[in-house]
Amino acid sequence: MKELKVLAVVVFFSLLVYWGVEPFAHGQMHKHVDGDKFAYSDLPEITKEGDAANGGNLVMGAGACLGCHSIESQGMPAPMDAGTAAASYGVNPPDLSNIGALYDEKFLAALIKNPAHALNVEHKFDPAAGKMHPMVAFYGAGGDIDQEVADMVAYFKSIAPKELSAKEAFDNACGRCHAMRYDKYTQLGDTPEFKYEKDALAYQIKVLEYQDHLKAYMGKLPPDLSIIIRARSAHFLETFVENPQTQLPGTSMPRVGLSKEGYEKVEAYLTEIGDPSKPKREALGPWVLGFFVIFSILAFLWKKYQWRDLH
Amino acid sequence: MAKFDENARPFSEKWLDERLGVVTLKKVLSTEYWIPKDINFLWAMGMVLAATFGLLLISGIFLLMYYKPDAALAFDSVNYTIMTEVGYGWLWRHIHGVGASIVFLIIYIHMFTGIYYGSYKKGREMIWISGMLLFVTFSAEAFSGYMLPWGQMSYWAGMVITNLFSGGSLEAYGLVEWIRGDYVPGDAFLTRFFMLHVLLLPLVIIGLIVLHFGTLRLPHVNNQKGEEIDFEEAAELYKAGKKKESKVIPFNPVFLSKDIFVMGVYFILFFYLVFYHFGFAMDPVNFDPADGLKTPPHIYPEWYFLWSYEILRPFNKDLGLIAFGIAQVALFFLPFIDRSPNVAPAHKRGLFNIWFWVLLVDMIVLTILGKLPPEGIYNDLGLVSAIVFLLLGPALFVITKMEKKI
Repeated sequence: MKELKVLAVVVFFSLLVYWGVEPFAHGQMHKHVDGDKFAYSDLPEITKEGDAANGGNLVMGAGACLGCHSIESQGMPAPMDAGTAAASYGVNPPDLSNIGALYDEKFLAALIKNPAHALNVEHKFDPAAGKMHPMVAFYGAGGDIDQEVADMVAYFKSIAPKELSAKEAFDNACGRCHAMRYDKYTQLGDTPEFKYEKDALAYQIKVLEYQDHLKAYMGKLPPDLSIIIRARSAHFLETFVENPQTQLPGTSMPRVGLSKEGYEKVEAYLTEIGDPSKPKREALGPWVLGFFVIFSILAFLWKKYQWRDLH
Repeated sequence: MAKFDENARPFSEKWLDERLGVVTLKKVLSTEYWIPKDINFLWAMGMVLAATFGLLLISGIFLLMYYKPDAALAFDSVNYTIMTEVGYGWLWRHIHGVGASIVFLIIYIHMFTGIYYGSYKKGREMIWISGMLLFVTFSAEAFSGYMLPWGQMSYWAGMVITNLFSGGSLEAYGLVEWIRGDYVPGDAFLTRFFMLHVLLLPLVIIGLIVLHFGTLRLPHVNNQKGEEIDFEEAAELYKAGKKKESKVIPFNPVFLSKDIFVMGVYFILFFYLVFYHFGFAMDPVNFDPADGLKTPPHIYPEWYFLWSYEILRPFNKDLGLIAFGIAQVALFFLPFIDRSPNVAPAHKRGLFNIWFWVLLVDMIVLTILGKLPPEGIYNDLGLVSAIVFLLLGPALFVITKMEKKI
């Protein structure tokens, strides 16, 4: 039929334009980065069997982790508040309660031995030039260092909770540098409700002070991630978090070291805050489309009826 | 004074007719507004456009209730308040965003239909010109609306487009500042584009739509063969019940029944895009807040402006602006450049047929190149396609001059 031929021509050229300005042009604009699927192939495997009990002793003792980090779940509070910690180190060191559930174990081991290397920030921190990473490397407690590191990783895995919420994942992995204002979340955590304005302002000053330290440490204030899920493609976010240098060479953002499951949790939180209409769209879509399908069928019958004796 | 029937019930048809002439109005505007019978679904694009404009207007009114025209608040009022806190705010925003993009696809289909069937010729010049005025006003409406979310692309597109008014080597930066109300896009810039988007331009568009409908009245709608129809005679045949012999149909309900079917199919596509595939109409870059200190790596307009952007790009500053200026106004003159006496579909018009497809393909090539980074082979292709576009004008004059009367 002639009309269908005309339709085919219109559809063909419309799709050609779509293909050209969307998939094709974007493919040309953004270089393709092959992800590593959070395998961290550049880091060495853990060869030793870890002993969690010994790891616990090292973490509390010779490893000296508690000089800077808290382990809230084990009753170990942070040695100083977030603001003071940021003033000392640039950024508040993370709580270690659930790192065993979030991060890749190879990454944790490499991080303990050489933070700047594991975090992929050796371009920023070069001991030869006197620029030390604020996290001190673990040089061993007298025994086999690989065994000791394996023990500590085993300890962190043993104390990690079985289930982590999406927000807890974000809080530990991203939240000490990135705010999430659409969830009333800053680098200091969830913003409390204040009865008096002066208390709210005092809190805000604390946030600003923390951010100033962070700015000095990172070069600029890391962006708020409220709707980053819509501002970047899923592929970009995944490969960027896995290794920021591949997408943005020279960036001061460290490699985060999340395991695949850990990243999925973070992504779920970013989606929940940045794209909250997703479940609503999926629920309403079929009804609206169904309505217009029925509408079109009825309209077609009406058209047939109106045109019945015209030809 | 006219005579009024004392016994007519208030608001009955007779009562209304005596006061408002509704019976005549209905005949003139719908039941005896005659449309040729020999048409295809492309003739429904006008009503599809009207419906899309209606959707844009309604969704726009809902968005307007929560949008805040303030450089400090605009971004979050769109991305947080409307998308998160307002019931169905996300739906209105996606309808508005997808509608603004898709309306241009339909406009282009509508325009190419007009060119293909020669619907701008012989008495139909004003239809074409009022349509072009609508196209230009819709473009301004789209651009001003694109500023409102105050994201990175809003800001930088605003910067680039207002810079064009410096006139290249004329360096008329005073004019640019006058347009912006500031040295760089800021609050004054945002609020004036807000005014344009929600008041002045929609008023102009509504006025132009009325004019565009009006221009159809005397020359009548064209048909698939470009045949000259005696509408009065054909209408008499139809009214006498000889519907098969008559070459016309009434707008309401016969033409409308087909329009509404086409609209139904169109709305399936439209809402599929709204719910499942809106990314093409809502550039990710614009979900980063405006930042005057951070230029995005690629600045490009929305897809419907890409062809004219690509005419600007391959030349040097002044030549580019001149070429761009010509491209903006050239299509207005189409009815006067085409010297052929024939009103017929392109495939009956020999060389014009080739001209038509070259124009279509060239504009698509320009559109795609407009989004690609201006590097290497894309630069050369861009230059060639821009020159081809500029040559198509004189070429049309020559080939239609030579065209023989069918």
